[in-house]
Amino acid sequence: MSIEVRGVEKVFGNFRAIHGVSLNVREGELVALLGPSGSGKTTLLRVIAGLEFPTAGSILFDGEDAVTRHVRERKVGFVFQHYALFKHMTVFNNVAFGLRVKPRADRPAPEEIKAKVDALLDLVQVGQFGNRYPSQLSGGQRQRVALARALAIEPRVLLLDEPFGALDAKVRKELRRWLRGLHDRMGLTSVFVTHDQEEAMELADRVAVMNRGRIEQVGSPTEVYDTPATPFVYEFLGNANRLPCRIEKGRALLGGTVFTEAEKLVDGAGIAFVRPHDIEVTTERLTLSIPAVVRQVLVAGAVAKIELSLEVEPGMIEVALPRGAHWGAPFTAGQKVHWRARTARVFPAADGGAPAAAVEVEPTTLK
Amino acid sequence: MAMTTPTLQAPPALATTTEPPAVRRGLIAGALAFIALFLVMPLAVVLAEALRRGVGTYFEAITEPYTLAAVKLTLIAAAVAVPLNLVFGLTAAWAIAKFEFRGKSLLITLIDLPFSVSPVIAGLIYTLMFGAQGWVGPWLIEHDVRIIFALPGIVLATVFVTFPFVARELIPLMQDQGTDEEEAAALLGASGWQIFFRVTLPNVKWALLYGVLLCNARAMGEFGAVAVVSGHIRGVTNTMPLHIEILYNEYKFAASFAVASLLALLAVVTLVAKVLLEWRFGHELAHNRGR
Amino acid sequence: MLALRRPSVLPGFGPTLGFALLYLSLIVLIPLAGLFVRSAELGVEGFFAAVSTPRALAAFRLTFGASLLAALVNAFFGLLLAWVLTRYRFPGRRVIDGLVDLPFALPTAVAGIALATLYAPNGWIGSVLDKVGLKIAYTPTGVFVALVFISLPFVVRTIQPVLQDLEPEIEEASASLGADRWQTWRFVVFPVLLPPLLTGFALAFARALGEYGSVIFIAGNLPGLSEIVPLLIFIQLEQYQYANAAAIAAVMLVASFILLLLINVLQRWTAKRHGDE
Repeated sequence: MSIEVRGVEKVFGNFRAIHGVSLNVREGELVALLGPSGSGKTTLLRVIAGLEFPTAGSILFDGEDAVTRHVRERKVGFVFQHYALFKHMTVFNNVAFGLRVKPRADRPAPEEIKAKVDALLDLVQVGQFGNRYPSQLSGGQRQRVALARALAIEPRVLLLDEPFGALDAKVRKELRRWLRGLHDRMGLTSVFVTHDQEEAMELADRVAVMNRGRIEQVGSPTEVYDTPATPFVYEFLGNANRLPCRIEKGRALLGGTVFTEAEKLVDGAGIAFVRPHDIEVTTERLTLSIPAVVRQVLVAGAVAKIELSLEVEPGMIEVALPRGAHWGAPFTAGQKVHWRARTARVFPAADGGAPAAAVEVEPTTLK
Repeated sequence: MAMTTPTLQAPPALATTTEPPAVRRGLIAGALAFIALFLVMPLAVVLAEALRRGVGTYFEAITEPYTLAAVKLTLIAAAVAVPLNLVFGLTAAWAIAKFEFRGKSLLITLIDLPFSVSPVIAGLIYTLMFGAQGWVGPWLIEHDVRIIFALPGIVLATVFVTFPFVARELIPLMQDQGTDEEEAAALLGASGWQIFFRVTLPNVKWALLYGVLLCNARAMGEFGAVAVVSGHIRGVTNTMPLHIEILYNEYKFAASFAVASLLALLAVVTLVAKVLLEWRFGHELAHNRGR
Repeated sequence: MLALRRPSVLPGFGPTLGFALLYLSLIVLIPLAGLFVRSAELGVEGFFAAVSTPRALAAFRLTFGASLLAALVNAFFGLLLAWVLTRYRFPGRRVIDGLVDLPFALPTAVAGIALATLYAPNGWIGSVLDKVGLKIAYTPTGVFVALVFISLPFVVRTIQPVLQDLEPEIEEASASLGADRWQTWRFVVFPVLLPPLLTGFALAFARALGEYGSVIFIAGNLPGLSEIVPLLIFIQLEQYQYANAAAIAAVMLVASFILLLLINVLQRWTAKRHGDE
């Protein structure tokens, strides 16, 4: 089942939580809504579910308008951030709830309900806990029960709000892989909300990056990471050095030195983004390289993090070298070096963080 | 950015966590009717009856010597009972909230006990003790000490019925606050009294005031327990509520309601102060309890 | 020593606990114990004779019956009030919320004469009801009305905090699983409110059992018909029948203690059902 979000707006009083957002989710796809808190991602998810009514726009399920359909009739499986399990019901009764409240004509017989719930509990690996109450389960188990409860009504769409937010790191990783498998096996169309970029990258087919009520970019994890459409996406996904620069004749200058091309941009102030692992550091001068002084070297696990002092703004950049590469000829604090960007992206500075600017002018990449 | 799409209004039928407007209005109307019938009208009738014979009669009734004597006695009883229960509430809360010991929950239950005892029984138990046919009654009569049908009995009965008020406000709050701050103060060299006055008391002052307020309202309004031990001696052992009863039984309705209006005023002032305290310092009061 | 306590750096445990226990014993425990001792003086037979006179039995029946009925009415309206006050916004809501505590704050004697005047055949409400042949003041029904008034706040005040803390998500979850509003209320919300409802009911019932001041003005106080137990105790005391009064009071006290125990159990149930995630 496909989901189409068309020009959805949501206003709460004076606050516009979502500004005309459109998004297509293809059948069988797993899409992440990624963004910082307050970016409108949960509101969008709730609008899709029918828990919030949009101020404008429409939601189409398989091409059919769902906005005027009550959440009850949408048959969406919704997993709440804190699970919202019914505390006074056993795990079994929680999962059976959706089946038992069906109109009498559609309600399965008790034996059928039992068989189905047992199968679901097995599927989410809590088969032996049917008689327990939610308070007697661990966080990961509650999460699975919430999922089983949502799946019991055979939803056409599965929506998850920060599904792993309340879990500790180890459980989170396990559940993530398991959820991906479940999604594929059951052939669901799923949308989940997260503020954790790693989670979005690892789990989703496509990621929609949201900021201040707008979708800044939609694309596969590699697309959004490698070719961010806006400064926001660049900074939100992974580490990036933010370098104020000047654009002159299709080239970007940092303190008078050309360091990357910016072909399609008009002259003026610009902002360049360079990821720490896209920086080369050498002891001798190279083309397009800029001098700097090593301030500090930190070796953490597989990566050596080097901080370089610059004479120009922002005064410091961060470089990540594979530990092996650093091992051969280690840099030391105080050493004079040269660095250059293997790849960088330049945006006009006028609209520093605003997404519209980057859409108007295509950013360029140094090959 | 101009919005081109027309604004959609959520149809009420799509609401997920509330009832349809008709149901909502019906429920509100039912609740309001019940409140009007059982709370607003009794309060209104007190005022209406008090002023029925005019303002002159009203002031005559509340300045009459027996009324003034009753007011005085009520104030004395409250002035003794409230501080006693305040001291008890503080000491009990200190012991219970700041220390771990066996039998604590039993102690908490026992402190609440007077709430489940009928006021008449509260009066009865002191009569059984100190009355003419009580255990120590004959000895008291011999030594010319009067407790029952006298001020001490009235104070005792008042103390009993208002016993838990301060303690039950303080105990849960102080338990919640734990002992971290007091322990920190102790480590910094504060003495016991310094800890109490500079750390503990500021943390519970609003809850304390809240408890005192309720304690006082009950102390001044207590009827059943005081009725048993008072003997209804006009001008001597008549508190305001008892005076109301006597006037009412003598068919002096306007006077009776005039005195009643004073107590009703006290009740309203107490309620307003209570609401203000809850509104302003709600987070510093102990929550979620039934009484 | 009774109290085996854990060591602490804070001072004052001995004096404060000592004072609290002494005060509690002198004011509450010893006098209450005295009541049971005095009623025991009657012996088993005398005790039962004292509490099973027709007049006493009628008083028990009236007190327990009217209290139960009043608590039931308040369970229903208390739930309604708590729901309306926490869930809906309407003008005057805050005032009404504050007014709910009026029966706690208004002295019972004042409530008594006010209710008696309201429901008397010539009163504001009584005159209306009189036309349809309904008499409330000076009948057992009057007892019930007074008890509804004084036990009104309990259910409201026990349910309100639970209702306030109820996460909206569980109702949304229920709706997303296909439940209609009534099903959500009946199967998801109500079970959470049931323990505090029962607690409030028990508190209201306990309070009504012991009530004296507000009832005697409106009841008419006819022995065997509209005489409540606390009044009977009072009358026997005035007639210097100390032991009989003590015996009847003992029965009431035992009933109160049982209720107190029940309330404690219910409160623990509330905390368990409502508390941890």
